[in-house]
Amino acid sequence: MNAAEHLPALQVVLPLAAAPLAVLIRHRLTAFLLVLAAIWSAFAISVLLWLQVGDSGPISYAIGNWPPPWGIEYRVDALTALVLMLVSGVAAVVLPYSRASIEHEIASDLHYLFYAMFALCVAGLLGIAITGDAFNLFVFLEISSLSSYVLIALGRDRRALVASYQYLLMGTIGASFIVIGVGLLYLETGTLNMMGMAIRLQGLTGDRAVLAALAFLTVGISLKLALFPLHQWLPNAYAYAPSAVSAFLAATATKVSVYALLRFYFSIFGETAIFQRLPMADFMLLLALAGMFLASTVAIFQQDLKRLFAYSSVAQIGYIVLGISFDSVTGVTATLVHMVNHAVTKGAIFLLLGGVMLSLGGITLTRVQGMGRSMPLTSFGIVLCGLSLIGVPGTAGFVSKWYLILAALEHGQYWLVGAILSSSLLAVVYVWRFVEVAYFRAPLPGDEVRREAPLSMLIPAGLLVVATIWFGFDTSLTVGIASDAAQELVRSGR
Amino acid sequence: MRGDMVLRVIVKLLIPFILLFALYVQFHGDFGPGGGFQAGTIFAAALALYTMIFGLENMRRIVPDRLVEAMIAAGVLLFLGVGIAGLLLGGNFLDYFVLDRDPVAGQHRGIFWVELGVAITVFGVMLKLFCLFAARNLGQE
Repeated sequence: MNAAEHLPALQVVLPLAAAPLAVLIRHRLTAFLLVLAAIWSAFAISVLLWLQVGDSGPISYAIGNWPPPWGIEYRVDALTALVLMLVSGVAAVVLPYSRASIEHEIASDLHYLFYAMFALCVAGLLGIAITGDAFNLFVFLEISSLSSYVLIALGRDRRALVASYQYLLMGTIGASFIVIGVGLLYLETGTLNMMGMAIRLQGLTGDRAVLAALAFLTVGISLKLALFPLHQWLPNAYAYAPSAVSAFLAATATKVSVYALLRFYFSIFGETAIFQRLPMADFMLLLALAGMFLASTVAIFQQDLKRLFAYSSVAQIGYIVLGISFDSVTGVTATLVHMVNHAVTKGAIFLLLGGVMLSLGGITLTRVQGMGRSMPLTSFGIVLCGLSLIGVPGTAGFVSKWYLILAALEHGQYWLVGAILSSSLLAVVYVWRFVEVAYFRAPLPGDEVRREAPLSMLIPAGLLVVATIWFGFDTSLTVGIASDAAQELVRSGR
Repeated sequence: MRGDMVLRVIVKLLIPFILLFALYVQFHGDFGPGGGFQAGTIFAAALALYTMIFGLENMRRIVPDRLVEAMIAAGVLLFLGVGIAGLLLGGNFLDYFVLDRDPVAGQHRGIFWVELGVAITVFGVMLKLFCLFAARNLGQE
């Protein structure tokens, strides 16, 4: 066996196998080390796959040696490689953090189950990105969703159960819509292979079943994506989940749904069907703008920091979808760059908030006042990431907004530049609320002696903060891969 | 209900046949309707029936909770193991053609073990769900 040929399968199989092994072992340290080994290897594999794609173009892997139109195909192109690296990279950073973090949040006899669920969730998200089969995508979506419901429900607060249940209901509706959409497409095209579907759909213009499939898929994926107004599950799920889970899901779950949306729109239905015959662009533009303004406004009035940044996530998803609505290489590049930059930034913020939760025992704005003095590193990290959310030059957020504005100008929609800038002002307000409370108020009595979170939590969070700044200066990695992927997508649909 | 002689005897008579039918569904899955998922459910149904008549404690003595949890994981591992065996024998992941010299026999062999894995996991999951609901009622009363 030549390992290099089988990397696409191993990418998913390693984390997937780590989960049942962790359950069988039942010992938390061994389970942790096992899952860590699997996830770090998955990250290494994703980097190797990206290099392979760069050298020799898209990779196709036939599961079970059944060739593509009949069997399940794993397909790696630039877009897939980007999402794989994002998911496994964030997982590789969050998992070491989680060990110290869940010590205080989850009963110790459940730790091995936490690691198993984490591995399953990673396997599911990687599977969504790598598969070239529409039904297989749904199966992996269910794997990642079911495990994330469990992960959210593990939160210490009892409200975590309600949040998880709410997400379960919304997520199940979303998944059912997706499977109905895939079913209708199968009915029309007779294949589940994405490439095969794309070819056969070209001849089926104006078919009602195809339109219905598009509608079901759009609503289903938008639910998982938390596109405004289908975002109701997100704030509670992020707010009450264990800190490590909030960080991981905020950084990856919605981003992988963005991937699924791009895949269905550009690779399967094709641009002409989506953007020329149907008013999808106007529709997405409207929802994106509503999300950007309304969710940012709601974020301003939150008392709980995790909820504040969760609403900010809904707003950022608005920017991501805005990029898609331009239907241009620059627009999709902006979407993908913002997907990565926002994942890194939000991941860092939620990791840092986990440390705050641990040291201060709460993360309401009144509880964290004066934390600039007792936890200087953490506060500074949150401020840096906040600057990235606003889009200040020198941070990752600036780069993605820059590309969004370029795409808007290219499209001739000058008023959108104003909209992007003024919604950034709303971000200034909610980030400022944290700054004011953390730096300009005296610490609560007894807080002067509080210390920073342990190093095992600070280092992973610090890594993501550094990445937030790094991607603000060196864009060759993020923008490079994103524009390759965007060219592939936008060209393939023409 | 536990004291009812008729129920106890009938259930004792029925359970072997239910288990046998589960095995039939399991192994006939290659040729007709059936397979691991259905067989696992029928297995779990036999134990659910047993629990209703003889109580949760007795059932737990036959199938301890740890075993149920181990089965849930072991079935998935068996499935993945077949996939990895394909890799090690020089094929792709989940490649059954290489499991035997004769590719058709290889397909049979692959399906057999995969279905067994499915049956074990489904049996474990169904039983676990049933136990959780049954134990919850005991706790409240």
